[in-house]
Amino acid sequence: MTFVKGYLIPRLIQYFLVIFIGLTIVFIIPRLAPSDPIQRTIGQLRSMGGFLDPKTMDSFIQDLNEMYGLEGSMLEQYGAFWVRLSHGDFGVSFFQFPTPVNQLIRTALPWTVCLLFVTTIISWTAGNIIGGLAGYYNRSRWSNVLDTITMVIRPLPYYVFAFALLLLLAYIFEFFPVSGGTDIGRQVAFNLPSIIDIARHAFLPALSLVLLGTAVWFQTMKLIVQNVKSENFVQYAQLGGVKQDRIVSRYVIRNAMLPEITALALLFGQIFSGALITEIVFSYPGLGTLLYNAILTGDYNLIMGITALSIIGITTAILIIDLLYPLFDPRVRYL
Amino acid sequence: MSTFRDLFKDYRFAVSFCILVVLLIVALLSFIAEDDPTIWGTVPRDLKPSWTYPMGTNSKGQDLFWQATFAVRNSLIIALIAASLSRVVAVLVGMVAGYKGGITGTVLMFITDIFLVIPLFLIIVMLAMLMRDKMNLVSLGLVLAVFGWAWDARLIRSQVLSLRERDFTQTAILSGTRTVPLVLKEYMPFTMPLVFSTLINNMAWVIGLEITLAFLGLVNMDIPTLGTMLQWAISYQAILLGLWWWILTPVILAILLFVALYWLSVSISEYLDPRTRIQRVGA
Repeated sequence: MTFVKGYLIPRLIQYFLVIFIGLTIVFIIPRLAPSDPIQRTIGQLRSMGGFLDPKTMDSFIQDLNEMYGLEGSMLEQYGAFWVRLSHGDFGVSFFQFPTPVNQLIRTALPWTVCLLFVTTIISWTAGNIIGGLAGYYNRSRWSNVLDTITMVIRPLPYYVFAFALLLLLAYIFEFFPVSGGTDIGRQVAFNLPSIIDIARHAFLPALSLVLLGTAVWFQTMKLIVQNVKSENFVQYAQLGGVKQDRIVSRYVIRNAMLPEITALALLFGQIFSGALITEIVFSYPGLGTLLYNAILTGDYNLIMGITALSIIGITTAILIIDLLYPLFDPRVRYL
Repeated sequence: MSTFRDLFKDYRFAVSFCILVVLLIVALLSFIAEDDPTIWGTVPRDLKPSWTYPMGTNSKGQDLFWQATFAVRNSLIIALIAASLSRVVAVLVGMVAGYKGGITGTVLMFITDIFLVIPLFLIIVMLAMLMRDKMNLVSLGLVLAVFGWAWDARLIRSQVLSLRERDFTQTAILSGTRTVPLVLKEYMPFTMPLVFSTLINNMAWVIGLEITLAFLGLVNMDIPTLGTMLQWAISYQAILLGLWWWILTPVILAILLFVALYWLSVSISEYLDPRTRIQRVGA
């Protein structure tokens, strides 16, 4: 009971407050725009050679106002914004005109989630295991070599790194397809050739995420393990004749894992925006590419939809990891 | 001076220091450039690197070497504006939240947590879309400064929290030191190294973000920066046309800059943390 009162309820209040404030920011920013999205829509229609008589024009403007949620005062719009959000309705996309934003996101989401889920798991596991071993045997040659490699990879921003990888593997050596999620014109289906095709296209974006991610986890884990290694209980275990393997896996790495679990939660936000760039560079058909098109066409509804979704997704992920934390660290008791 | 000599024993510090000095000289050379970097067609187009044009020329008829000097200078200017402003915010928030605590501290940390959790990149993209026409070096630096302080404010706060528990704090308070002089005189020297290393990290973050925003076409493409230079090369299909020098110049400059900034910050923070220093020496 004390857990609920002392920890769970304040934590849940914080969770909802963060979502509330984040979504409010998402509501406010597009409305600061000096340019009216409706006037722009009409301008674009005109430039394409469309002609509407004044009466049709008025009703057209009204329709657009309704669709973009721009009716009434700021406060009424804000209320309507929450009502629509509670139905999970983000309005109509502008970039693919009458298609609802929801539908666009629904098609793109599985691509991004699969890519992110797989690469995050691989890089987190690999980085922690290799980093743990390298930290424990930090005098050895291979540990130093790995350290130097990560020292070069780590500081590069996703975009520069992904771009360099694309240049090297797709243009110069032509190992992998340059862009796309499947071969052109292929229908996505659950059979072997289709899956192989998807994997082949996803390989390069995944590789860039995994390499960079692993480098980050490697370094933090190595540093933590080096510190844990010099603690008394490890020396005691060594003197007491506990086997080396057991010390590494059970004593050192297990203790060093804890900050890494927290870091996994905190880094979720950055991984997400990193994946967006990767998708754009590799023209991978996920949320990132969708966002890119939304930016190019000034599609506020779509951008708001994606931003709102990622705010909710990230805060929820952090909440879940926070609540699961006692499972990893038996010393943590929430009161 | 002896600190400097000690730092130079670390190969990472020596390498990064040299790279940064070279890049700084490159950036300073832009002040003696003859041509305005925004003008097209001042030199023959698409020339390979040669003695006259050490980095070649691009399809816009610009000398890439002089373009690069302006690009490095402008990228560094944006980074310095954003990083130093956000340091001021981070120090203020971190110090107040750490020293005052109570309701003020909780509220400040709550705001900080919001900045940590919401996808800043998307918010910055939305803002940049709105300001696209009015984007210049200063406004871009300001926008990035607004978003770059949260994590470092937390770091500074946790350090102040531990400083507050030390004996000298009590001694200072009992001997009548006021809060502001106490924080400035007694705590600042302890926090300065941390502020400095986060400054370097933040600069790298800002430069990376500028490149990303330029790739999305969200900055003023007429101002030469590392990001816009790369973006022009991509939009002119420099890869397919085989103009490798055009694309490699910004990419290599960016990689050098990032690696140098990162190594500098790592070697300085390792030097400041005696535990890791001892491990490296091998005691």
